[in-house]
Amino acid sequence: MPKLTYREAVVRALADEMRADSDVVFFGEDVAVAGGVFKVTPGLYEEFGPERVRDTPISEQAFIGMALGASITGLRPVAELMFADFIPVAMDQIANQIAKYRYMSGGQFIVPVTIRAAQGGGAGFGTQHSACAESWLMNFPGLMIAVPATPADAYGLLRSAIRENNPVIVLEHKFLYNMSEEIDDSALQPVPLGQAKIRREGRDLTIVATQLVLQRALEAAEILAAEGVDVEVIDPRTLVPLDKATIVASIRKTGRLVIVEENPHGGGWGGTIASLAADECIYWLEAPVKRVNMGEALVAYSPPLEDAVIPNVERIAAVAREVMAS
Amino acid sequence: MQKTEVPSLDLNVRQHMLRRMLEIRISQERIQELFLQNLVRGTTHLCIGQEACAVGVAAALEPGDTVTCTYRGHGHALALGMTLQSLFAELMGKASGACKGKGGSMHMTDASVGLLGANAIVGAQIPIALGGALTAQVKRTGKISVTLFGEGTANIGAFHESLNLAAVWKLPVLFICENNLYGEYSPMHVTTAVEHIADRACAYNMPGIIVDGQDAETIYHEVKAMADRARAGHGPALIELKTYRYRGHSRTDTAPYRKPGELDEWLKRDPIMILKDRMVADGQLDETEFEELKGAIERGMHEVVEWAKAEPYPPLEALTEDVYYQG
Repeated sequence: MPKLTYREAVVRALADEMRADSDVVFFGEDVAVAGGVFKVTPGLYEEFGPERVRDTPISEQAFIGMALGASITGLRPVAELMFADFIPVAMDQIANQIAKYRYMSGGQFIVPVTIRAAQGGGAGFGTQHSACAESWLMNFPGLMIAVPATPADAYGLLRSAIRENNPVIVLEHKFLYNMSEEIDDSALQPVPLGQAKIRREGRDLTIVATQLVLQRALEAAEILAAEGVDVEVIDPRTLVPLDKATIVASIRKTGRLVIVEENPHGGGWGGTIASLAADECIYWLEAPVKRVNMGEALVAYSPPLEDAVIPNVERIAAVAREVMAS
Repeated sequence: MQKTEVPSLDLNVRQHMLRRMLEIRISQERIQELFLQNLVRGTTHLCIGQEACAVGVAAALEPGDTVTCTYRGHGHALALGMTLQSLFAELMGKASGACKGKGGSMHMTDASVGLLGANAIVGAQIPIALGGALTAQVKRTGKISVTLFGEGTANIGAFHESLNLAAVWKLPVLFICENNLYGEYSPMHVTTAVEHIADRACAYNMPGIIVDGQDAETIYHEVKAMADRARAGHGPALIELKTYRYRGHSRTDTAPYRKPGELDEWLKRDPIMILKDRMVADGQLDETEFEELKGAIERGMHEVVEWAKAEPYPPLEALTEDVYYQG
């Protein structure tokens, strides 16, 4: 079977949607002629031309607002914000405008905007190029948030995001761009927004995790399996909409929950999952719910410091053992 | 008597402009009363004195052109053709309002007349207008996009980003500044390094034009010329309309910061009177007809206001409707 990288999956999804729908346009800083700073989008400019694939000035407020205006007048724009750390530069347009535009107009518009950004640490980019953005955005009803963890999902979630009539922020994890997967072309399909994926089935403990730390949770699950603990690993895939049913069913089955996220503790999306467990699973829980995250620290440049802040396999396994022991 | 300095418009256009300006003026006065009765809540920003800007710009546009504007946007909405019913019902938070009661005074939006939204965040409407222009350019519709903002907005980053991007891409968009001399309570010279906002156009390689913002006909001609230019693919322009708001920034502001006599000087150049006097001079209107027109608009508006008062609020189920498109 052919191998597909996460990076290739993104450009394939974009190209497939642009071929399918002439209203899809794509723009961002250095995405066209140069093919993106992460070399994620090569070839689009050559295939679709300068009208539909455009390099913008370094003007995040302008081109994110432009994406909104284009979406309510008949295009289906995809805007790239490069590093997710740049999202706050355009936060007015995202939080006050894109998220609220349909609502405050009384439903006069659909807002089919897709915003892509590369997030996450682990690659030595330092404090202002390593953030995860999903938790910042969850407090703005009106937005949808996708966090693909595999090449197949990077493809399928992006296609669904572009087809979606609501605004979707697709946060790619930059550490995963080189991840590859054997996928048959026929298996490359849009992935519905709001459907979690059970990445590993198990009976004893549920771990909910996304992206880079999902991969680490899966490794931890193998270590724990050797110790006789059968871990179920759930990948929400989209945080908004959230597939509560799959998560609740898993927690009720295992009675134990660990949430792993690449975020500071305060305000992280793990709190939302913990509150879901409190609301709907309390009588099934056999141990306290634990969250593994970055605490109150930031991502630092120095390799040992960066390694220490993002949950790693050992930390995940240790917390899982603690939960199993209680 | 004012002398016509620009080619006069057809009688029907003049009549339309005069009527609309009167509607805007009278609606603003009624809104003030409704605010004092707590039927209009929160805050509201009146555009009394700036009616020619709204009407002159709107008259120069074509169906299919799109507009974004500021929270001082009631005049723009009415000038573009939003109904008084939509306006007053929205101001009172009623289900039959333009935005089903969810937007209120600062968010007048009516896609059916091309108004993509008034915005409560200073300057946010400018990037959004780039999007209307991008759609027109990509789909080759021949339409243009217009964004209206105050002079205070010209100090917001989004203004500068947007003018640059529009110029680089030759987007069919007009940036129209209504310079009413005060950004909230601060006179322009305290906050702004240039005397004329239009001077900033040279930094973005586009025409920058200063226009008498009290003269609806002049505004029409100048905007029309730049609109034609944009439609022809020659890109954006920055148009500065020199105008004045007779009232404070918002309802609680009595404008104590104004220089003595300043308002009186501007009242001598009232936009409604300028057009009315010209029409009288040209034999198109007499004082009796003008008073009759005003009376008819006042009576009609009274009916609309009473209707809107009696309209129902949205049902509570509406609270979660339209957060997301469902379907």
